Amino acid sequence: MGTKYNFAFFDEGSKREIRRATLKAIAIPGYQVPFASREMPIGRGWGTGGLQLTLSLIGEKEILKVIDQGSDESVNAVNIKKLIVSTTGVQTTIDTRKATLIQSRHRIPEIPLNKEQILVLQVPIPEPLRVVEASEHKTKRLHSESDYSGAWLMLFEQIMKYDSVTHGADYPVIVKDRYVMSPSPIPRFDNPKLNNSEALILLGAGREKKIYAVPPYTKVISMAFEDYPFRVENFSGQKCHLCGGQGVYLDEIVDEKTGETYYQCNDTSNCLMRLNGGK
Amino acid sequence: MGYVAVKGGSEAIEESIQRLKYERIKKGTVLDIRDIEGGMRGLIDTVMSESSLYDRQVASVAIKQAEGSIEEAVFLMRAYRSTLPRKYYSNVIDTKNMFVERRISASFKDIPGGQILGTTYDYTHRLIDFDLSKENTMEVEKWLDSYRKKREIEEPADVDLCNLPRVTDMLRKEGIIAQALEDNTPPIDVTKKNMEFPTKRSERLQVLTRGQTGAVIALGYASLRGFGDLHPTVGELRVGYVDICIANPMGDDEFYIGNIQITEVESYISSPDKNNADGNKLNLTIGYGVCYGQNESKAIAMSILDTDLETQEKKFPTQDEEFVLYHIDSVEATGFISHLKLPHYVTFKSKLDGIRRTREAREK
Repeated sequence: MGTKYNFAFFDEGSKREIRRATLKAIAIPGYQVPFASREMPIGRGWGTGGLQLTLSLIGEKEILKVIDQGSDESVNAVNIKKLIVSTTGVQTTIDTRKATLIQSRHRIPEIPLNKEQILVLQVPIPEPLRVVEASEHKTKRLHSESDYSGAWLMLFEQIMKYDSVTHGADYPVIVKDRYVMSPSPIPRFDNPKLNNSEALILLGAGREKKIYAVPPYTKVISMAFEDYPFRVENFSGQKCHLCGGQGVYLDEIVDEKTGETYYQCNDTSNCLMRLNGGK
Repeated sequence: MGYVAVKGGSEAIEESIQRLKYERIKKGTVLDIRDIEGGMRGLIDTVMSESSLYDRQVASVAIKQAEGSIEEAVFLMRAYRSTLPRKYYSNVIDTKNMFVERRISASFKDIPGGQILGTTYDYTHRLIDFDLSKENTMEVEKWLDSYRKKREIEEPADVDLCNLPRVTDMLRKEGIIAQALEDNTPPIDVTKKNMEFPTKRSERLQVLTRGQTGAVIALGYASLRGFGDLHPTVGELRVGYVDICIANPMGDDEFYIGNIQITEVESYISSPDKNNADGNKLNLTIGYGVCYGQNESKAIAMSILDTDLETQEKKFPTQDEEFVLYHIDSVEATGFISHLKLPHYVTFKSKLDGIRRTREAREK
């Protein structure tokens, strides 16, 4: 490939079209903007929404970082990076601080992002109300009427049944006191990072053909009740066996020989930075 | 010396890609693209139809690259399609002028212009012809020779194959086909604009025609078998070539840019006559199916789903446009199903946390 395709795969018209949808998304925080999602050379559901955002935004001077489930070296991250680099020739990095454009699946990096950076999140199911309402026609109306009783009831029912909110990743948030938004399947642990973020956060769902955004310094609150406050995943008393990191999202690993469970930083770049004596 | 990142992913991917190539060619044979184009008509038609990209040569390469996997070949074609500049929409094609190669009606025995069986598997016995494993070029050429000679001495039929009367026109004269006003609203391009529900018919027909063959047939069958309201009769099924023209931006004429083979189906379904106030009269409505190449089952199933989705009263999933239209696209369905192979350990950990919490809460 390479030479036969335009810079960043798409023709300029397509990129502009995607950027227009992106601008609209930024103007209406948390609102899902439909866009003419293209078929990509990677699978629908493998990050085509994020990839389209990245390709529409990328310039020659961009420094790109791609992560999948916290890792720069996860096969899918490598594969997406390979496609972007082969059609753009941009520089890549694993160092979160150096990147200007970060595409990620299911994680927000541990180090706070800054205002020079854009975070692109890959989204499988953009509709936070899909679990309570299967029809797109109806969920669109619920959003326009701010009718989020279904989402509240879902949380309420979990509390009634299990005495706790059992929702795992992709925990719904309220953006700027208006739209309920699916933050993509980031763990609950990452939800607070959406609030008042310095970096622009863009979310792209290729298969479902939606783009939405959390602009910088936007209020993002995880849905919760006063007496049942929002809780992130519990890592108390656990630390990374490599860098000793605490207060970060940890992967659970089982030792093949001893059968013992130990923990390791999920954000590999952050772990590496700590190991190398970075702050 | 500092720590360096593990570089497992890139190498593993590279090896896997090598392995894939090895599997394709390990027997030392090279599949000629001309062999695919010449002998894999059915596969090419399916792939072109699901890709919504009409190009037999590119489809043949895609099929070769995909080792015959339809899902993969369609995926390749669709991704390729994304990179093609889209400069024109063709002028409206009137299929009345189709150069017909095959044309049957299940509604009437005698139709103007006659039944034309053309090319079909319908009347073959599905017995594996083991002789095909020994078929050689010489005998093929000999057969072709005699076949062509036979054709030459035949009297040409006295029907105009480019202007066959439609079965529907006969019924329309009788007034029992539901009157539909000509609707010249430009169609919505579903690849340019997201579907909004309720959809327009132009959107539905586009999604159906590019749907995954198996999915369209399965849903059409479900409707026919009982999860739908209708038993259609195939009024007319046609396979043939239609000309594609684009408008001349500088003048009133048009440019011919080529022709494509399509399958077209009109199915008849009886329904209450909307113009009859008492509601005690029936008439026929038409379900429409059309797709690239010769894909007859798909086109018929499409005509059933077209009618199902026109139904106002929704009783079955096959009448629910979101249910049908959102789930029959090959690239979308296979993409999302296959994404389950991606690591989900962050999300799964989060899920485990939720489960563990309920257990702790109970124990307390």
